Amino acid sequence: MTTGPHTHVTTRSTYELSHLQALEAEAIYIMREVAAQFERPVLLFSGGKDSIVLMRLAEKAFRPSRFPFPVMHVDTGHNFPEVTAFRDQLVERLGERLIVASVQDSIDAGRVREQTGPRASRNRLQTTTLLDAIAEHWFDAAFGGARRDEERARAKERVFSFRDDFGQWDPKNQRPELWALYNGRIRRGEHVRVFPISNWTEMDVWQYLAQERLEVPSIYYAHTREVFARDGMLYATNEHIQLMDGEVPFQASVRYRTVGDMTCTGAVRSTASTLAEVVAEIAANRITERGETRADDRVSDAAMEDRKREGYF
Amino acid sequence: MPAVSELLRVATAGSVDDGKSTLIGRLLHDTKSILEDQLAHVAETSERRGDGYVNLALLTDGLRAEREQGITIDVAYRYFQTGAAAGTATLDTGAASFQGGRKFIIADTPGHEQYTRNMVTGASTADLSIVLIDARHGVSEQTRRHAYITSLLRIPHLVVAVNKMDLVDYSQETFEAIVAEFTDWATRLALSDVSFIPLSALRGDNVVERSDSMPWYQGPSLLYHLEHVVIATDRDMDDVRFPVQWVVRPMSDEHHDYRGYAGQVAAGVIRPGSEVLVLPSGRRTRVAAIDTYDGALELAFPTMSVTLRLEDDIDISRGDLIAGADEPPIVARDLEAMVCWMSEQPMRAGGRYAIHHTTRAAKAIIDRLEYRVDVNTLERDTDAGTLELNEIGRVHLRSSTPLVVDPYARNRTTGSFILIDEATNDTVAAGMIRSAR
Repeated sequence: MTTGPHTHVTTRSTYELSHLQALEAEAIYIMREVAAQFERPVLLFSGGKDSIVLMRLAEKAFRPSRFPFPVMHVDTGHNFPEVTAFRDQLVERLGERLIVASVQDSIDAGRVREQTGPRASRNRLQTTTLLDAIAEHWFDAAFGGARRDEERARAKERVFSFRDDFGQWDPKNQRPELWALYNGRIRRGEHVRVFPISNWTEMDVWQYLAQERLEVPSIYYAHTREVFARDGMLYATNEHIQLMDGEVPFQASVRYRTVGDMTCTGAVRSTASTLAEVVAEIAANRITERGETRADDRVSDAAMEDRKREGYF
Repeated sequence: MPAVSELLRVATAGSVDDGKSTLIGRLLHDTKSILEDQLAHVAETSERRGDGYVNLALLTDGLRAEREQGITIDVAYRYFQTGAAAGTATLDTGAASFQGGRKFIIADTPGHEQYTRNMVTGASTADLSIVLIDARHGVSEQTRRHAYITSLLRIPHLVVAVNKMDLVDYSQETFEAIVAEFTDWATRLALSDVSFIPLSALRGDNVVERSDSMPWYQGPSLLYHLEHVVIATDRDMDDVRFPVQWVVRPMSDEHHDYRGYAGQVAAGVIRPGSEVLVLPSGRRTRVAAIDTYDGALELAFPTMSVTLRLEDDIDISRGDLIAGADEPPIVARDLEAMVCWMSEQPMRAGGRYAIHHTTRAAKAIIDRLEYRVDVNTLERDTDAGTLELNEIGRVHLRSSTPLVVDPYARNRTTGSFILIDEATNDTVAAGMIRSAR
């Protein structure tokens, strides 16, 4: 035991991993654990940057085999067309199976009712579509790209996040998660949401996209778009959202930090048109990605916790 | 190739009183890891609650119940980074050289005795633990409990942060008395690297920057220590331990005969040609290749996730362990272990549980409880009949099938297990193997 001055060796040993290598190794381990412990997993893919990282991690975990699970997109019908096109190209290139669960189908079947008015969004309706699809396909584990740095409730969530047969999350009754020993035991009808990149930050994701030279949908880079201001955020004008009095569209150079439904995802002013410029912009940014661009989290202090309890992503 | 830096997992335990939240808040704030909307939210909530100050504990209390009750219930994970990991370096440096800075994952756990299980959970994956001592009060029951858990969980590095030095006039004598008292008591523990840092989280003394108020202290600030403590040598690089997680058999035309064993290296350095033992069968063979998505590797070491191909065609499945031929692990069904009980339902002596050890699942019967440890005094109660929630004790277990184990002191992966109640599927205990046969 010492209290005196410390001398530090600055040369690093050969047997050292970078933080991205360590995070990647952990995520690959988690994915293989799910493939081994569950009978019918599924990977939830939105076309956003986090799920693009998940797809690469699945390649790293399972190649030269196919993924031992399909990929599923919960399609609100209000997605950015650039993102939907990107989704189809990526899945096709990887040769994996894509399931599209459609919120429109849930509306047509009377499972959910469409909201009306200028603030109408299909964000919350997705939960029913997702849970119905999980039940229909008998999925027992669903990978998601959520990260603990995104939001307060998520900071408390386990990597293996248990859902009861109503799809509900009970934050006060979570299984302890020790070492790398993940308890995937469930009963029929229950399922587990699995978050392999729980320990990644927004910056880690962008650094990894750069390291792996992964493509992302074009809307993550600065582009000129017609937008309008609402609640301090910039929304793309589009057919799914009604303008309110005083909202005047204008042209601006923007990019998206997150990719969700067009009705609740805001853009940020930006001129960052390359990956390096985006990383530099994030390093200098002083506002969280969800705080800046997601209306769905602004409803209340516990908006995410409440939606997660119901079975949201 | 992006700039790279290391990952350090830190566990902190403590309650509001000893300034833990202030310390974490200070680290996050001074490394610019709290963003404006988060800070504004905390400030607004503090005011609404009438806290009278910006209550940084609200940053980590993520659940509605925690905010309502003003307590930390569960482990919260916080992330911050310095230097290259913070993304300030350019993306295309062309070399994978370390440029300083680290990424930190802080498992922030409540410190009270009724949350021992959360502390154990946070500690299980930590490289370093920070134990806080209030300089006015010296070594407390809570200090001893946290140090014991650090020792029990074999966290390789401990920082004893003697906080609130501003309230004892930055007294060297006070600091040294605490160091002496702690050091004397800690001889009973298995702590390998202990550093003492006098600081004031509130004033920022010795947290990020060295303090002018304590010229008698020649050591580093807390952040400097966290950035520079050497963790690469913490792992056992000598004896290979590779639990088989997943068998890769594509069975496609292109890879018709491919058979690989995927897993994460738990110890040792693996090279093509390395002689290995497959356990529990005991068959010997050599590593033919180390495969990854990015191509074959010349060596693999902890904690890399790789796929091994072997020279001989041996029947291997999930739960088997590939080990170095020298100093192999123990194949055993009888285990002596320390367990921390994590369930509201007390331990049932003679009870049957599911056991998960590395990638192997089996059944286990708890034959008997040898003793219960008083986590505050380290006294052993050999008359205890059971373990209740948050209690720690030594048990004897029998497994339904052979497990391939090491003592936990030797390897945290092959030495640890969890017990699961088969009726509820809840994880009810965390175990650390002392010996096996």
